[in-house]
Amino acid sequence: MTELPLIGGAPVAVEPQLSGAKIGVVTFPGTLDDRDAARAVRMAGGTAVALWHADTHLADVDAVVIPGGFSYGDYLRAGAISRFAPLMSRIIDAANSDAKLPVLGICNGFQILTESHLLPGSMIKNDHLKFLCRDQVLRVENNTTFWTSDYEAGQEITVPLKNQDGQYIADEKTLDALEAEDRVVFRYVGWNPNGSRRDIAGISNAAGNVVGLMPHPEHAVEPGFGPESNAGTDGLGFFTSVLNKIVGGTQ
Amino acid sequence: MTTSAETVGKKFNIDTVENAAKTPDTELPWAELGLKENEFDEVVKVLGRRPTGAELAMYSVMWSEHCSYKSSKNHLRQFGEKVTEEMKKDMLVGIGENAGVTNLGDGWAVTFKIESHNSPSFVEPYQGAATGIGGIVRDIISMGARPVAVMDPLRFGAIDHPDTARVMHGAVAGIGGYGNSLGLPNIGGEMVFDSVYQGNPLVNALAVGVMRHEDIRLANASGKGNKVVLFGARTGGDGIGGASVLASESFDDTKPSKRPAVQVGDPFAEKVLIECCLELFKGSLVEGIQDLGAAGISCATSELASNGDGGMQVELTSVLLRDPTLTPGEILMSESQERMMAVVTPENIAAFEAVMDKWAVEYSWLGEVTDTGRLIITWEGEVIVDVDPRTVAHDGPVYDRPFARPSWQDSVQADTFTGSVQDAGRPSSSGELAAAITELIASPNMCSKAWITKQYDRYVGGNTAMAFPDDAGVVRVDEETGLGVALATDANGRYTYLDPYHGAQLALAEAYRNVATSGAVPMAVSDCLNFGSPEDPDVMWQLAEAIRGLSDACMELGVPVTGGNVSLYNQTGTVPIHPSPVVAVLGKLDDVARRTPSGWKEDGQAIYLLGTTAAELDGSEWSNLRGHLGGLPPKVDLSIERQLGEILINASRDGMIDAAHDLSEGGLAAALVESSLRYGVGARIALEELVERDGVDLFTALFSESQGRAIVSVPRSEEVRFKDMCTARGFAHLRIGVVDAAGGKLEINGVDELSLDALNEAHEATLPKYFG
Repeated sequence: MTELPLIGGAPVAVEPQLSGAKIGVVTFPGTLDDRDAARAVRMAGGTAVALWHADTHLADVDAVVIPGGFSYGDYLRAGAISRFAPLMSRIIDAANSDAKLPVLGICNGFQILTESHLLPGSMIKNDHLKFLCRDQVLRVENNTTFWTSDYEAGQEITVPLKNQDGQYIADEKTLDALEAEDRVVFRYVGWNPNGSRRDIAGISNAAGNVVGLMPHPEHAVEPGFGPESNAGTDGLGFFTSVLNKIVGGTQ
Repeated sequence: MTTSAETVGKKFNIDTVENAAKTPDTELPWAELGLKENEFDEVVKVLGRRPTGAELAMYSVMWSEHCSYKSSKNHLRQFGEKVTEEMKKDMLVGIGENAGVTNLGDGWAVTFKIESHNSPSFVEPYQGAATGIGGIVRDIISMGARPVAVMDPLRFGAIDHPDTARVMHGAVAGIGGYGNSLGLPNIGGEMVFDSVYQGNPLVNALAVGVMRHEDIRLANASGKGNKVVLFGARTGGDGIGGASVLASESFDDTKPSKRPAVQVGDPFAEKVLIECCLELFKGSLVEGIQDLGAAGISCATSELASNGDGGMQVELTSVLLRDPTLTPGEILMSESQERMMAVVTPENIAAFEAVMDKWAVEYSWLGEVTDTGRLIITWEGEVIVDVDPRTVAHDGPVYDRPFARPSWQDSVQADTFTGSVQDAGRPSSSGELAAAITELIASPNMCSKAWITKQYDRYVGGNTAMAFPDDAGVVRVDEETGLGVALATDANGRYTYLDPYHGAQLALAEAYRNVATSGAVPMAVSDCLNFGSPEDPDVMWQLAEAIRGLSDACMELGVPVTGGNVSLYNQTGTVPIHPSPVVAVLGKLDDVARRTPSGWKEDGQAIYLLGTTAAELDGSEWSNLRGHLGGLPPKVDLSIERQLGEILINASRDGMIDAAHDLSEGGLAAALVESSLRYGVGARIALEELVERDGVDLFTALFSESQGRAIVSVPRSEEVRFKDMCTARGFAHLRIGVVDAAGGKLEINGVDELSLDALNEAHEATLPKYFG
């Protein structure tokens, strides 16, 4: 376990109702958005718990966020080394168990989830070959997952997108299956920013507890520090969804 | 566990101090290493004998222009001298450390610095630019701060020159590739195209970091018996300027040849190093710390020892190597990236090692602090360096280089744009003016920089309150109070070419204005002085004048220079670049939620122009478009800048304005278009009163680059209060129009209607057209 090296205390008043729910935020060497993910958890009213890649236990968290970054530098293939971290074995087991640990993989976290085979497919370099940072419109295709229940089906949200290897690919059979099983959770709207197959921005596992996406909802949780459209807080729903699920489930 | 040189065995004929004393007549390659004859003689005098090969390596790099500031030092002193007590009150650490530190209040401190990485970025743009970011970030870490943002002022050759795309693609990708991987938002910078930078692009990098007062760390080695440790990446053969010469130390020819002089960056190693250092600081596990940049271990050991109270002894074979064939001199000179050196008390060794192990960072204990006053470096126990560290790090040569106002300066200044051949057919009809505005905002220097900035992560960290294309980048420091900092960098090589003294002041004035425009109170300055060869008296005059001008202006505006960098020899053959003093200003915002963006949004808000307009087209972007450079740059009036700043800051704090944009390159025309395109909200503008009041024609009103001006949008409810404030302060203000949210156009009386769609397309198309 490590304490996240924060600047400032970010003392957001937790929702008394939700604060009992603990969401783990994993830090690998090279993880970049861990402090942001922890802030998003607090903004949503929950308690963020720092998890270290070398930990061998999950510290009794109720859910896990694997944030963005370049774990181990991603010099090999994004996420290819991280899947072997001790903590990942625990996360894989817990996600596949009957307890269905909710897991959200954002950007590099999504890449780690595909490398871990918690989610199908893979990410390759953007079709335009450049790093791209922009405010991206997404359509919520499935609002029944653990992480999207606070959205309306078909709702369009704007969250930042920032990556170099964001092009989602899978074979046709897998893509057909994802669509047939309603596991495409988000699609890019207006413009496909990286060449992802079938405009897919995010997917889930069959149970809906594991969700991965390339865009960054944790960067759209606080007015003035996110996208300029709407209030810039369209990403908050990910975190309130899972908190409500957890609290609802324990009550 | 490691491959140190020791395990490979002794392959070199080690030139020990003992040997040097015995063999005074040995020929040494001092000239090839860049030392002048008088400098070599000085080394011999200082040591009382000839230097060893290792000592020669150290002196040659540490006495280089880059490390010693030998040509500029006599002039740079003015930054330390022209400082009032008032200016010192918030300066916690001044010039001379890795970066200056400014007090932000509430126990917070901020450190920032700008540096050049010009030559490497021309030779190998990706790695050159990447390691430029890496180096400046390590300067920030070594002050004890968490880096929180970066910025990058860029100057390239002509946009249509075939080589420009190579440099542009590489440098931008390198800045993105490295900075994005560190988790540091890129919040702004500059981009200028000019053929003077064709063979010598300017790639400057700025980093800013924050810390609690108690976390400030300094680069010094104190306390006898404390241990010296090198950690981070291993030392390799990259970045050795004199490798070919030093290879003569070797007795075998099996070693790799033609090692790159440009360093290669590993951003992952740097990111881990950042977190690792912050954990060390948090646990108070280091006494002193120094990053390894230019001159590598030579610099780190001599500066730490020189700043400390004693001496230092290190065993060079303990250095972990990437290439076991490196000679002692090469190890001392290597500029391998992502390395840090620290001083640790014996009690903290175990805790230090635990942090290293946690982050899987390699380290090796090299030696310890002594009380001898000497820097002793051994190779398998044999002394190869025995020097007074001050003579290496601080008491290098200083030159009073001759300088004189160039013979051509008068004729350049006499060649004004108005009435010149290039001024023929100046736009005047409504159609011509509309076309001129469109041409201006699509031009290489005025077009949208989105092609560049969308390759940078501006969100990471979650504290970016404002970034490009707004006038200043704004980062929150304290999440509880909203306390934050604003930063802007500016330079105008054309103005500075016409008049170096005032050109440098104009750079400061613009950066100061940009920071104030965001609502922040300007507090401190860092500068990166990019000039040609100091051995050319013309260039030396430009440098001397720019420093004099900048230091005078800093004193008048009350903002101290807390650090910076001088980059000389920026020229191709005998042709220097335009003198380009890049000035970064840092300001403070008590609550970043109050920041002012550069674009308007609300329909019906009044648009005011602050300041007055004179016929000042010399050096302007319009004259640049017409291929003219001559005359005198716009007049500088620092008291006006200060008053304007106060108005913008007060108006922001008291909620009197919703948007503010400074007028600089491209004048009012560029500012009106940029403020409209920022949120895609147009305006109706009438300049008849301005033309009447200031006695200029409509073209001049739009394209003049008179200083001390800004446009603001004022909510109806605040208009009286805003006008009263300007009137009470006696500051020129004029209502020039109104925000028009529905129209989708920018209407200026006397100018054909400009649709925002067409303006946007023209503004955005330029960089993609040239760079894909």
